[in-house]
Amino acid sequence: MSALIECEDISKVYTMGDTQIRALDGVSVAIEAGEYVAVMGASGSGKSTFMNLLGALDQPTSGALRVDGRALDALGPDALAEFRSHSIGFVFQQFNLLPRTSAVENAALPLVYSGVPAGQRRKRAQARLDQVGLGDRSHHHPKQLSGGQQQRVAIARALVNDPAIILADEPTGALDSRTSEEVMRIFDGLNREGITVILVTHEQEVADHAKRQIVFRDGKIVEDRS
Amino acid sequence: MTLWASIRVALTALRVNALRSALAMLGIIIGVASVIVLVSISEGTKRAVEDQIASFGANLLIIRPGSSMFGGRRGGAGSAPPMTDGDVLAIRNEVAGLSSVSGEVRTATSIVFAGANWQTSIYGVNTDYFDARSWIIDEGRAFSPAEDNASRRLAVVGQTIVAELFDGASPIGQVIRVGGQPFEVIGTVEAKGESNFGTDQDDIVFVPLNAARSRLGAGQRPPTPDPVNTIYADVSAGEDIGRVIADIQDLLRIRRDIAPGASDDFNVSSLAEFIRARNETENQLGLLLAVGAGIVLLVGGIGIMNIMLVSVTERTREIGLRLAVGARRRDIRNQFLIESIVLCMIGGALGLAAGIGGTALYANVGQLEIVVSPLIVAIAVGASLFVGVFFGLYPAQRAASLNPIDALRFE
Repeated sequence: MSALIECEDISKVYTMGDTQIRALDGVSVAIEAGEYVAVMGASGSGKSTFMNLLGALDQPTSGALRVDGRALDALGPDALAEFRSHSIGFVFQQFNLLPRTSAVENAALPLVYSGVPAGQRRKRAQARLDQVGLGDRSHHHPKQLSGGQQQRVAIARALVNDPAIILADEPTGALDSRTSEEVMRIFDGLNREGITVILVTHEQEVADHAKRQIVFRDGKIVEDRS
Repeated sequence: MTLWASIRVALTALRVNALRSALAMLGIIIGVASVIVLVSISEGTKRAVEDQIASFGANLLIIRPGSSMFGGRRGGAGSAPPMTDGDVLAIRNEVAGLSSVSGEVRTATSIVFAGANWQTSIYGVNTDYFDARSWIIDEGRAFSPAEDNASRRLAVVGQTIVAELFDGASPIGQVIRVGGQPFEVIGTVEAKGESNFGTDQDDIVFVPLNAARSRLGAGQRPPTPDPVNTIYADVSAGEDIGRVIADIQDLLRIRRDIAPGASDDFNVSSLAEFIRARNETENQLGLLLAVGAGIVLLVGGIGIMNIMLVSVTERTREIGLRLAVGARRRDIRNQFLIESIVLCMIGGALGLAAGIGGTALYANVGQLEIVVSPLIVAIAVGASLFVGVFFGLYPAQRAASLNPIDALRFE
């Protein structure tokens, strides 16, 4: 059986004017279903580019990338959107919640694009808010919630389509250390339930929650320890 | 995303920047309102013109002598020999497709009744005249052809005469003095009101044509013994007016002895066509105003495009997020397109209300019958929809073509 994520010699090259920037340079790595991975490295090391490729927000310049049974390097825009909708749950550093929109509506947003009827959307979003401990805040707007609470709404949103993979880009970057710890415990719990969690971070304490750490430097993996 | 859900998202987005949305709509509101005012007024004017044509007689032909020629020197209009009773009879008897034919001579004199006097127009006409010119007998009767031939001193008076000379009381059977001669009033005609040219059409006295000539000296043109200034001929419904005009021209050329190849010394014209021609000028003015309204709509549309571009830029991160959670490019495009359409439709609805209000105001001031038709509503909806789609498409495409990563990182 093949791994959940298979990268084979993938490169990503950005062209800026005359200069070419090799953000990823021949990366090969496999991640199995149910793993808990921290992707580390300095800024500009290629770790964010790697995450974007895994989440189908971008496509590699060369190499083969299979995620959740699909060859992402060969998919068209609509198929990529469909993949993001069903296989990936994103969590961002800045939460990226819609302002003036209640927590439950924010959490239900991905369901709007995966064709779930309106009645079910609310129910499923509410269930995920309960799961992250915000069931009693479902009608609050982002402005009325603390940073930690907002990030938990964002995690509920990432979970609402039952994705195989949660991709979290610096999920604690905007939070204080106590709140960070609360949010990380949610990721720990999700991984225990069998969801593959991949987080990008530059904080060692955050990375220590993961069971495997992959370190990038200059577009290459320089360390991969379990 | 369903259409209704998209509309709700659009309404929320527009409400967030309510003042900005309202300002962006202003161009559409003014544009749609002016289009509606223009269409209403032009419809109202058209209807008024049609009423006028109907009151003149829809298919009325007017036959007048033209200019004469004396060895290369052309006289003015009406300088050619006048029409005659014989011409009236010939047209009536020999041209097919006419329902009524009447001669007319005019004079102006003062009329006197019971010490009151009034200066007015005296029309000497044949009995057919009332039908030809669509004058409806209100009270009493018109004079008969026999009474006309006998030069009887009878009169049919207009409503202004009734008001001025008889204080509104029935004048039937009263004797008035016309140019010093006693005429018995035997009928009145229904009011026609002000003419297209602003004259009072009801300030009028009809007398038999022969009486006007022989007793009042109207229309005298020696050496012609029986001159007629103008002949009115009413074409029957369904007849080909062009054919009737040609027949009359052929007949009159023979009667007036015009050599083949020489030009007519008379005119056969159609009043309805004259009024329509005059209306053309107004249509051109209307066209000019319509172009103006179109420009306002164009500017309004550019305003919409501008505000939509601002909205796309402001919500770049939101677009990135939506793309990240599974929105397809067309979902994003539709969302912004619907927002633009909703914005324009609200503007169009307000413009429609303002336009109907403005039209009503104009109707009060201009004494015009105003027509608010389904056409107007269709124009308002159509114009707003068009502007919304046309000027919303580019910003929406731009939103849809954003790269999700760049959009998510946008500050």
